[in-house]
Amino acid sequence: MTAEALLPQVIAGLATGGIYASLALALVMIYQATHLVNFAQGEMAMFATYIAWALINAGLGYWPAFFLTVGIAFVLGVIIERIIIRPVENAPVLAVVVVFIGLLVILNSVAGWIFTYTIKSFPSPFPIEPLFGIRFMSPHQLGAIGVTLGVLALLYAFFRFTPLGLAMRAAAQNPESSRLVGIRVGWMLALGWGLAAAIGAVAGMMVAPIVYLDPNMMGGVLLYAFAAALLGGIDSPGGAVLGGLVVGVLENVLGAFVIGNELKLVVALVLIIGVLLVRPSGFFGRVHVSRV
Amino acid sequence: MTKKQLLIGAILLLAACLLPFVLSNYRTFQAALVLVYAIALLGLNILTGYNGQISLGHGAFYAIGAYVAAILMDQAGAPYWATVPAAGAACLLVGFLFGLPALRLEGLYLALATFALGVSMPQLLKYHHLEKWTGGVQGIVIAKPEAPAFFPKIGLPLNPDQWLYFFTLAVALAMFLLAHNLLRGRVGRALVAIRDQHTAAEVMGINTALYKSLAFGVSAMYMGIAGALGAIAVQFVAPDSFNVFLSITFLVGIVVGGLASLSGALYGALFIQFVPNIADEISRAAPWAIFGIFLIAFVYVMPTGVAGAVRMILARRKST
Repeated sequence: MTAEALLPQVIAGLATGGIYASLALALVMIYQATHLVNFAQGEMAMFATYIAWALINAGLGYWPAFFLTVGIAFVLGVIIERIIIRPVENAPVLAVVVVFIGLLVILNSVAGWIFTYTIKSFPSPFPIEPLFGIRFMSPHQLGAIGVTLGVLALLYAFFRFTPLGLAMRAAAQNPESSRLVGIRVGWMLALGWGLAAAIGAVAGMMVAPIVYLDPNMMGGVLLYAFAAALLGGIDSPGGAVLGGLVVGVLENVLGAFVIGNELKLVVALVLIIGVLLVRPSGFFGRVHVSRV
Repeated sequence: MTKKQLLIGAILLLAACLLPFVLSNYRTFQAALVLVYAIALLGLNILTGYNGQISLGHGAFYAIGAYVAAILMDQAGAPYWATVPAAGAACLLVGFLFGLPALRLEGLYLALATFALGVSMPQLLKYHHLEKWTGGVQGIVIAKPEAPAFFPKIGLPLNPDQWLYFFTLAVALAMFLLAHNLLRGRVGRALVAIRDQHTAAEVMGINTALYKSLAFGVSAMYMGIAGALGAIAVQFVAPDSFNVFLSITFLVGIVVGGLASLSGALYGALFIQFVPNIADEISRAAPWAIFGIFLIAFVYVMPTGVAGAVRMILARRKST
């Protein structure tokens, strides 16, 4: 394996990694707010992408449709939290996981029902001509990484510099005390869901031009996003982005040189189990100590 | 078991034996599949219902069982009945081994790891280095077993569907008895104790690591046996029929049937076999929409499933 052969694979890996990173970011959002891993995150992103597709088909331009979709996804995320997740907030883990899986299959089948199972193409907002003379990466891939980093920067600024961001962090860290100082903890959780859904919608719209739009498009991507979020530390947004890029590169390099393209999902499986066993807190996650 | 329970059991068994003589061949085949799913749900219930370890990827063990059976028949020419214990043994081992790392994972994280297993299983089955045995994307076709020559001699000619039903019924009975005996005594109490109070159980001297990985192994064994029987029944295995939605179907089965209940396995199996058939007539997406709605509705309204509801109704009637 020479450096010339390796470089394109690494760059292509970074490109797909950017997309895993954005979905991983959405997973981290919900984990931070509720300490739950949302199994339906991929399907929520898929559903939002269908909404964008419908808006574009209805004659809207790409960017108006993009922002409108992000807004709709935010509202849907809040509604899902309020109606479906809230009743099981303090239920055993099994009940929560079952509700997530229920949500996953409902979104999947409703998307199939409304938009049919035929594969659709989804437009990219970026030009076809190479940008900045970069040959290895298509403009869309480059754009997708840019969008992911932009989302990360926005999130950072939101949580670091706004009162609402501070309130959300407080609600996640110490719900009882936050409630005592007047933060509406329930609504903060709903906001967290809304944000996650909005980020997921961005991820979906970035991945759809590559994998095409169909109800099952997020299955594999979700698995990589899980691996990425775990690798970076499930409670660290920056870690999730780094984890996404690492997973993307690993997937591509291992797929091209070591195990072949057929077993790419198995890479995610091994990564997930490996990280959970060796270093459950990932690169940047906090180590949890529980008291007996 | 009380006398009354034994009597009800005997009547049910008699009804189950008469069933294939009144139903059409296709319905008999469906009834056999219900029994196959019941065995699978029993296995998942031992792990998730009784021991509290969440698995979203148990379809993978079902797939391994199905492939072990199919490969043994296709490559080694093994008789169909011998493949069932072989599939069970193979899955017992694989499940036990997967259960070892799973020991360190709790709740959500185990769900995640098993979900990953369920999603990646079809890719493993398609892997081209294994194609010699697995047949790759095409899968393997199996011949339908004939009833032994013994039956026509005693004046009871069974067609293949009827024979398959009785064969599955016998295995299912054995598996129910095994589960009943396993869960009734020391082992069952240990599993439930680990589910409810992990630390307390350990302090009481229960070897939690051993019991948890054993629960994983045994539940995988049930899945493997169900998978082998399922493969023999539908006479065909292919990678894409063992995707993550199969695992989710089993989850639907135990939630609807009733967690931590043996009879729940049967209710759940009836549900996952017949509801999609009916819903399919509405739309291709309808079965899954209904599955999803039932999943969430049962968690909210009937967390003990159909089995729990039946228990409650019986208890009420007794008290009035």
